[in-house]
Amino acid sequence: MSHTTQTHPPARTARPARGGGTTRPLPLLVKVLGLGIVAALAVLVTPPLIAQQRWGFLGVFWGVVALLAAVYATKRAVPAKYLVPGVLFLSLLVVYPILMTFQLSTTNYGDGTRTPKEVTISRIIASAAFQGDNARRFTLEVGTTGTVDTGPYTFFLVDQASGDAYAGTEDGLEPLPTDATVTDGRVTDVPGYTMLTKQQINRLSQSGGPLAGFTVPTGESSVITAQGFQAVELTSPLVYDQATDSFTDTRTGDVYTPQRVGDRSYFTDANGARLSSQSWGESIGLDNYKRIFTDATISKNFLGIFAWTVLFAVASVGLSFLLGLVLAVTLNDARMRGQKLYRSILLLPYAIPGFISLMVWSSFYNTDFGLFNELLGTHVNWLGSTALARIAVILTNLWMGFPYMFLVCTGALQAVPSELKEAASIDGASGFTQFRKVTFPLVLVAVAPLLVASFAFNFNNFNAIQLLTEGGPFSASDPTAGGTDILISFTYRLAFGTSAQQIGFASAISVILFILTGVLAAIQFRGTRVLEDVN
Amino acid sequence: MRRIPRGMAVAVGAGLLLAACSSGTTDTTTGGATSPATETATESATPSESATDAAPVRGNEDLVIWTDDTHLAAMQAVADTYAAANGITVGVQAVTDTRAAFITANQAGNGPDVLVGAHDWIGQLVQNGAIDPLQLPADQVAKYSPTAIKAVTYDSQLYGLPYGVESLALFCNKSVVGDTTFATLDDAIAAGQKAVDAGTVESALNLPVGENGDAYHMEPLFTSAGGYLFGKDADGNYNPNDLGLDSPGGLAAAKKIGELGEKGQNVLRTSISSDNNISLFADGKAACMISGPWALNDVRKGLGNDGYTLQPIPGFKGMNPAQPFMGAQAFYVASKGKNKSFAQDFIINGVNNVDAMTTLYEKANLPPAMTAVRDSIQQDNPDFAVIAQAAEKADPMPAIPAMAEVWQPLGVAYADIVAGKDPEQSMKDAATAIRTAIAGS
Repeated sequence: MSHTTQTHPPARTARPARGGGTTRPLPLLVKVLGLGIVAALAVLVTPPLIAQQRWGFLGVFWGVVALLAAVYATKRAVPAKYLVPGVLFLSLLVVYPILMTFQLSTTNYGDGTRTPKEVTISRIIASAAFQGDNARRFTLEVGTTGTVDTGPYTFFLVDQASGDAYAGTEDGLEPLPTDATVTDGRVTDVPGYTMLTKQQINRLSQSGGPLAGFTVPTGESSVITAQGFQAVELTSPLVYDQATDSFTDTRTGDVYTPQRVGDRSYFTDANGARLSSQSWGESIGLDNYKRIFTDATISKNFLGIFAWTVLFAVASVGLSFLLGLVLAVTLNDARMRGQKLYRSILLLPYAIPGFISLMVWSSFYNTDFGLFNELLGTHVNWLGSTALARIAVILTNLWMGFPYMFLVCTGALQAVPSELKEAASIDGASGFTQFRKVTFPLVLVAVAPLLVASFAFNFNNFNAIQLLTEGGPFSASDPTAGGTDILISFTYRLAFGTSAQQIGFASAISVILFILTGVLAAIQFRGTRVLEDVN
Repeated sequence: MRRIPRGMAVAVGAGLLLAACSSGTTDTTTGGATSPATETATESATPSESATDAAPVRGNEDLVIWTDDTHLAAMQAVADTYAAANGITVGVQAVTDTRAAFITANQAGNGPDVLVGAHDWIGQLVQNGAIDPLQLPADQVAKYSPTAIKAVTYDSQLYGLPYGVESLALFCNKSVVGDTTFATLDDAIAAGQKAVDAGTVESALNLPVGENGDAYHMEPLFTSAGGYLFGKDADGNYNPNDLGLDSPGGLAAAKKIGELGEKGQNVLRTSISSDNNISLFADGKAACMISGPWALNDVRKGLGNDGYTLQPIPGFKGMNPAQPFMGAQAFYVASKGKNKSFAQDFIINGVNNVDAMTTLYEKANLPPAMTAVRDSIQQDNPDFAVIAQAAEKADPMPAIPAMAEVWQPLGVAYADIVAGKDPEQSMKDAATAIRTAIAGS
């Protein structure tokens, strides 16, 4: 003990003199370890990133490492020491996703447009190849006169029907060398050739490998190609001409050229028949945004859904705050007995996982078998009409939300000094006036930021809608937007719903949604500043 | 603490928004996450995660197979046999939201070599260039149920090897309507209605409708009453430009469904949905039910192994036979799989035989698609024989991408018709909405 008391004072006096630098062993160790881990992580991800040629990511990673080292390993930039982690996470979790979403929103990315044009063209050709009427099937062995990894390769084929054996190269089919051995319908040994194992064939056939796309031509439009460890003769009816950007079907003579439909193109013939349902990805500028504001059904839905989203969020927050506050005030009264018991019971809805209670509530509203109609003796189709379904959604969300408000209001109430209330009652204020003029403003100061957060949450409360009504009820004439759809559930259906995924378009809506919520939140925070001045 | 700088306030608000956003897109209705490879397709909303990060991580084996968790055991069994025979390693991964996860992962080059899934995925998979055609000789194709082969054939190309089939069938409660095979659906409804009038059950015929409708379960009634979804071209491929909803037959069928609805006989109701369809029947509260093989376990548990009858859905009296949708489960070769040779060989040789198909039938608990296996189970599993028989007569669910535009509007139209709205108008509205959607895609 005495030993430590002797060494400490000098260390303490030394610190201010060195301008805040750390010489104590523990913080130094933490610092070294922390920076070491960051550097090690960067080293760890470097080889895969180089392999995938993602230079941008690589640059950013090492940039961050350099930044962290510059900030924390030196004694300069003290404010930065506090700001850098937050800014980094802000960039990673907010700025980067939004930028990427925006970038995606300028493309037609979605079902049918996931591949670039060259890939689509090769897929269309590959998908059209078929086994002709007299197509032959072969057992397949692969041999090489060179090395296993570089070739050149020869397909050794035995016709499964006739038993004829061949050697096939990219130049064509030839009879099998006479000194080769054929056992059980397979070519097992050819002098001068190294035979490949199945594993080798599989490995060399991988994308980019020398056997990928290896074919033996047998006619003008027919080739022998590997299918597993067999080979099959396929006829390809399609010819693509780069110069005219068109496909010709050699069987019928039909010519297919790209025709634009909406945000994408398909190879289409003169009669409007599509060659394939595959289109390709393209950058389409701000067309997705134009579509939001020009497409009649969407812009009509967008405004209606936006209005309901705001109403839903305001009603959810307002009602649950009101109920939570009333309950909190009631239970905060010292004359109330069994406060703790009541409080525990009131918190129960909060303790049940949200999605379970939402599913249960959804069944409560069933017309024939639901709890509400059985209790009330009515036969109301709660989720069948827009007005009732909206009431049902808000009612359920009130039940989901009030315990939280009750909790925070209770906390805020208990923080209100009792002297203030005493002073007010001495001044002759009645109970309600006391609450209105003294308690409530003070509670509001504490709770207002939480109300804003709660609003932002409910603005995008996907679960509440999806699990209760799935956005319904819908009308047969306009099945894309339901009566209780909020913006996020509407977007979700557009992008991932039952019909084709329109990810580019949904991204555009997400960006708009981001801006809307950001603006609303900013306005609300402005409002709360006024409240703070009350204090 | 008093004053929050405005800039920071906006940043905090944005952060909250983002947190709310992300929780919104990841917690989808399925809720349950069963494997590490779960939070997948829904996350592709945020592009940062769309490609490499969020997609399930593919294993490192010589052959990687993706399926959903209900078929995991069956796949593992046949894959292990194949691996042992070929001296390779094989990994079977259960991936929730398998189709969307597969499309994303395959595109990014992180996908499996073999995909297992329902045949009606094929349209979307082909549209995204995600699977390869399968070149199988005609004599091997002939070993499977022709309907199952029709199901996995798309644009005149075979894309998958089917191993199981499923279809809707008619379940009836023996103690309510007796041990009868009904010749027409009207007879079944009449028998059920008698029990409803007597107060023994609450529903004569359970068929999921719900507030948003269910076009899958309504299909047998719709076809029996004269409707059709898509016409077929000369080669037997579905034609997306020939939509039959508002054809005279389709409108007549809509009227018939309306007559059975809440303002008519009150047999079909929006209060019966996929949430309570099976449980109401298993609890003895419904006389009959239209459902599929997936209901068998619950029904047996509720009514006893001998408490129910099962038969293919009969048609309405004097109308067409009822044609439910037939579904097939099949193997596909991933277009960007790493080990394509093994993938193709696994499907062509590894599972394309009686032994493997028998294993799959036993472990996946699905009526088999291979005719030899189907014939061999006739005796010990009569329920599956009935379902397989129903599937044989059924029409494959259309796999064309246009079908994706049908489910929602048609379901809504059915829900409206059942709730008592004008059948013809609802059907015409749905047809218009679907045509618009197809034309715009």
